[in-house]
Amino acid sequence: MEQTDGTAHSHDHDADHSALAPMELRVRALESLLTAKGYIDPAALDALIDSYQTRIGPQNGARVVARCWVDPAYRDWLLSDATAAIAALGFSGRQGEHMVAVANTPALHNLVVCTLCSCYPWPVLGLPPTWYKSAPYRSRAVRDPRGVLVDFGVLLPADTAIRVWDSTAEVRYLVIPMRPAGTDHLSETDLARLVTRDSMIGTGLLHAPGTVP
Amino acid sequence: MTYHSYADLGGQENAGAVVPEAEGDLFHHSWEPRVLAMTLAMGASGVWNLDMSRSARETLPDYPRLSYYQIWFEALRRLVLQTDLASQQEIDDGVLRQPPVAVPRVLAAARVAGVLAAGSPAARPIDHPPLFAPGDTVRTRQQPRDHHTRLPGYARGKIGTIERIHGAHIFADRHAQGLGEAPEWLYGVSFEGAALWPERGTGSVSIDAWEPYLEPAP
Repeated sequence: MEQTDGTAHSHDHDADHSALAPMELRVRALESLLTAKGYIDPAALDALIDSYQTRIGPQNGARVVARCWVDPAYRDWLLSDATAAIAALGFSGRQGEHMVAVANTPALHNLVVCTLCSCYPWPVLGLPPTWYKSAPYRSRAVRDPRGVLVDFGVLLPADTAIRVWDSTAEVRYLVIPMRPAGTDHLSETDLARLVTRDSMIGTGLLHAPGTVP
Repeated sequence: MTYHSYADLGGQENAGAVVPEAEGDLFHHSWEPRVLAMTLAMGASGVWNLDMSRSARETLPDYPRLSYYQIWFEALRRLVLQTDLASQQEIDDGVLRQPPVAVPRVLAAARVAGVLAAGSPAARPIDHPPLFAPGDTVRTRQQPRDHHTRLPGYARGKIGTIERIHGAHIFADRHAQGLGEAPEWLYGVSFEGAALWPERGTGSVSIDAWEPYLEPAP
């Protein structure tokens, strides 16, 4: 396949499309069958998808982190009983039944992975990104976490130790990033806007104060 | 050994670069959300459990070549067939040929929010005290298992420290085989990174390990 100009590129796109069409058909066949059998309610599928597109995502975790930053009593509760402290903000359930929050410090950076599949704290972060489920991340996060962070453009100080949490059972981990300096004047709502999904997995940084509309 | 998991990837070499992704990019093909939702809805039906799903996924021979939602889809087809919910021909072409079998539950749209918010907690009562306490030194079992298990290969036969007791949880190894919940004590266990890989340097790796994975270390 030639890739010398824009025409060739669009040809690639067409090839992709025709290769994926069978997948679309196979998925539709299974959904039709399960519906005809009465095993699934298509409206429930729509409701499930809508839940993760609109209601359950990293904006929830960001609220937990912001509350933790402004309320020392909440922080203590979160670090000792994360499941209850997170539920108190309205976030609970599937793939977050048993939560543990781990706080970053200047001496220790936390990073979460599931080397065996794709375990991830859904109530606070939503669905895992593709890279979280990919072989490179799952292979390297435990063995070369500093190298993985470089892939994300994150350079930690050499004297910051990295602790990797491999989610091998039904316990799910939420990283609490450090509150950035110079944010004393920000409200809890504004603080939540600084918190990125990746910062709560441990692979990313916060938005810099002043860069978020 | 007849059981082989293709999913135990921790520590594999030459894995390539991680490709970051923007926060809003939840799906990359229009069929992916349908696979996600079908998997969750069928999981809620109670015909199989989450550990059986993981076992069905990790043993797919094509696992290394499939995307994650493809893995979910192929495992869902496999579970539907294995549990006699449908025939192979029905699964392949989507045409109903046999009457349905009874399933414990059908997830209705009105129940979705409640079911997601409730989840499926894995903690269970247990009738004996934990064998280990925080601070104890333990050795993880060395031998592989001929069934689904959640002790990663990189952490087998290693010396670690009990950091925390999570309580007694459904034991994935037995649950995946349809042998009941068989609760066991679950521990957070940490390992010095350099004890796992010499080049790992400072820092540590923590796993969650059920008591049968552990033995006292001298």
